This record gives sequence, C-alpha cells and structure tokens, in this order.
Amino acid sequence: MDEVLALLSLSDTGWGDEIASGVGVTISLALATLPLGLLIGFLVALAKQSEEQTLRLAGNIYTTVFRGLPELLTLFLVYFGAQIGIRQLLLAMGSETTIEINSFLAGMVALGLVFSSFSSEVFLSAFRAIPRGQYEGGYAIGLSRFQTMRLIILPQLIRIALPGLSNLWMILLKDTALVSVIGLSDIIRQTGIAARVTKEAFLFFGVACLLYLVLAILSSVAIGAINHWAAKGDAPR
Amino acid sequence: MTAIVNEHIQPALPPPPVRRRWNGTRTTGWIALVAMVGMLAGLGLYLILAWDSELVAKYGPKYWKGLQITLGLVATSLVFGAAMSLPVAMARLSPNRAVGALAYCYVYLFRGTPLLAQVFLVYYGAGEFRPELQSAGLWLFFRDPWNCAVFAFALNTAAYQAEILRGAIQSVAKGQWEAAEALGLTRFQAFRKIILPQALIVALRPYGNEIILMLKGSAIVAIITVLDLMGETRRAYSRSFDFQTYLWAAVVYLLMVETIRNIWERLEKRLTRHLRRDG
Repeated sequence: MDEVLALLSLSDTGWGDEIASGVGVTISLALATLPLGLLIGFLVALAKQSEEQTLRLAGNIYTTVFRGLPELLTLFLVYFGAQIGIRQLLLAMGSETTIEINSFLAGMVALGLVFSSFSSEVFLSAFRAIPRGQYEGGYAIGLSRFQTMRLIILPQLIRIALPGLSNLWMILLKDTALVSVIGLSDIIRQTGIAARVTKEAFLFFGVACLLYLVLAILSSVAIGAINHWAAKGDAPR
Repeated sequence: MTAIVNEHIQPALPPPPVRRRWNGTRTTGWIALVAMVGMLAGLGLYLILAWDSELVAKYGPKYWKGLQITLGLVATSLVFGAAMSLPVAMARLSPNRAVGALAYCYVYLFRGTPLLAQVFLVYYGAGEFRPELQSAGLWLFFRDPWNCAVFAFALNTAAYQAEILRGAIQSVAKGQWEAAEALGLTRFQAFRKIILPQALIVALRPYGNEIILMLKGSAIVAIITVLDLMGETRRAYSRSFDFQTYLWAAVVYLLMVETIRNIWERLEKRLTRHLRRDG
C-alpha cells in the first residue's frame, strides 16, 4: 500500500503531479471542444430543419460523414491532413518551413466535428418537438426571426435537448482519450508513461479508469444542477 | 348526378405554382451545398488523380486483410457481449438489491470509462501478471493483442447491451406479464414467448447503433498493434507518407457504416410491419 502511495505521490519521485496535469489537459480539451461542437451542431441542425432543400442536403451530408467515421480516423485525418495542407500552402507561397500542428487544436477540431454531427441530431429532434405555433406567436407579436429564435425557441430548445446533450458530453469526455495517440499529454498518455517507466501497468491504467469515472460522476452532478436550473422555466404543476 | 354537377360547376383550377424567389436562405443553402459537395468531390478527384497502381497493389491486399480482421473482431466481441449481457440485464432487473447493485456497478464502470483505457488495462495489465497467468494457463490467451482486444470489447459491449436489454424489457407493459401468468405460463415461458419478442423490437434500433459504435470503436485496436483496417492504414501511411492511405480507410469505414445502417433500417421496417397502420 505504501509503495502504491509513493508511486502516486505528488513529489518528484511519484507520478501524482504528472497525472494531475493530465487530468487538467483532459478537462480543458473537453471544455474547449464543447462550445465549438454545440455551435456547429446548432447551425447544422438549423440547416437540416430549414425549408431550403440545398441546406438540408448539405447538413445531412455533413452528419453522415462525421457520424460514420471512426473518431480515431477523424483525428488522424484532421491532424495529418492539416499538416499536409499547410505545408502545401506554404510551398505554394515559396516557403520551405514545416509547421507542427498543435495536437490540442487538432484534437479540438476533430472532436468538435464528431460532437457537432451528433449534437445536430439532438437539436433537430428538439426543434421538431416545438410546435409551429410558437414561431407564429412570436411573429404575431412583432418579433423578428432572430428575436423569435433567441427569446422564444431557444429557451425551450435547451430544455428539450439537455438530456441528449448531457449524454454527448459523457461520450466527449471519453473520446478525449484518443488524443493521447497524437501526443497530447492527457490522462491516458501520462498514466501510460508512468506505466512504462514503473512497469506497474495495471495500477496506472486502473487509476486512469478511476479518474475518468470521477470525471463522469462530477459531470452528472453538474448536469443535475443544470437540469434543475433549466426546469425552473417549466410551468408549475 | 356528378355529371350534372360537373356541367354546372366548373372544377376549380389548381393554384399557380409558388415562385420561389432568391433570398438569403437560398443563397446560403447553395453556398453550403456547393462547399460540401465541392470538398467531397475534390477529395474524390484527388483519390482518382493520385491513383497509384503500385501503391494499390502493395497495400490493397493488406487493407483487405485488415478489413477481415476488423469484421472478425467486431463480430466476435458482439456475440460474446450479447451472451454476457443477458445475465447482466437479468441481474439489473433482479429484485435482490445486492445483485442489482453489483450489476449496476459493472455497467457504470464499463460505460463510464473510455474503451481505450479498458483495452490498455487488459493488454498492458495482463503483461504484468504474466507469471500468474502462465501458471493458470491463460498466458497464451492474453499474449495475443487480438484476444485482449476481444476480451475488453466483449466486456464493454456487454455493459452497453445489458442496458439496452434492460430498457427494452422494462418497456414491455406489466399487463403482459400478468396476462401470461393468468394463462398459466411459467415465468420463464412468459419471458421467452411473450416478453422477449416484444422487447427485442424495442431494442432493435439501439442494437443497430451499438453495432455501429463497436465498428467505429474497433479502430483503436490499431494502437495495441493489432493490424486491423486502421492498423494497416497507419502502417501504410508510416511507410508511404501518402495521405490517400487515410482517405481510402475513411471511404471503407463510411461504406461499412452506411451499409449496416441501411440493412438495419430495412430489417426494422420488415420486423415491425405488423405494427404499422398504413399498408
């Protein structure tokens, strides 16, 4: 037991501090991806429920592609694709410098693409649950389209979409583990290094699993609080 | 009668077609569509232009092998997972609190942690217990990364499938159990003949999603050196530095996922045809 505590201590000899920084990276990556994924997902959902056929088609293509690709492959496509794309661009401009793509940014974009394609479906079904009369009522009292969306539709939409979105957040939290493969020092990578150095793989990957569990539990507490806040707008029964 | 009516009352003309005007939405739509299709067509064109028969001859058969490994891995894990999920779902539904709590812990553990961490735990963790596993005669199993992957995947998908099954069984109305009991069926007979067939129809869609999730998730075995489709792709890229290796993998994965989705949709339509009211 003492050995385990020594291995996990926050000192120079223990791995606690390294793993703690990994937890920080995992959380910040997930938190950074969330607004990006929500925003793109919302826009794609808007496109998919639009009356304009071309917009619907474009939205559906987007969802089909990024929902069908394995997350790991999306990550590689973004990471290596961006690297090659930027190199070609620089070559075209006559520069020979190679640029390393920031793995945090690549992870954020890739996970954001995946998250948005799933969240667009959640938003879409939430849109469908809102009756047309809500829009018409908004227009009838003289609100503009944007105002109707912001003041009438969005508050209801959030409430309906919340369970689906919290599910997606849990999936996102777990998907961040993949970014360790392109070299970002998240929980998995830090515990992996510790496992390789100390030859205590079972202990450290077990710790990694526990940390993800703790994050999941903390998330469900936070989601519960958000649910409570959102339910305040419900009509009293 | 109708002839007289038709003679005296002219049938109303259909309304003139609404002229669709160009507006902001329509412009945005076309821009979005052109951008989306243009990007895909660009990638497709790139794949055609960059067609390298040498590359294809070298890596094509390997991709095929990798694809077979991927499919084998997914199918094996799904079957073992399904077999394990039934007792877990039963335990989740059990009136015994301790058994239910145990099953809940199992499900929460496997659904709350990343698949990658579970695979690492099994694959690298097994190496640590080599002497113990050797004495138990299990080392031969855990030495192979493919077996480790199947082991972790099966445990993982069992947790998900148990939840699907539990939800589906709970969705069957209580009256169905009571009616079966009234007919003198035993609980097992009622479950097998009355409850399960109705539950499986509810479970059909989530099961399809789970298959797709597993197929997509299986790509991570490439990290523990299994040469599945993703593994072959990574190897091909590390040797050729040709980006089209990744694009081809994307095409194959997309085709697989879309095929499964379509098959599943048809299956669902066929199996639920007695529930639809329109012919």
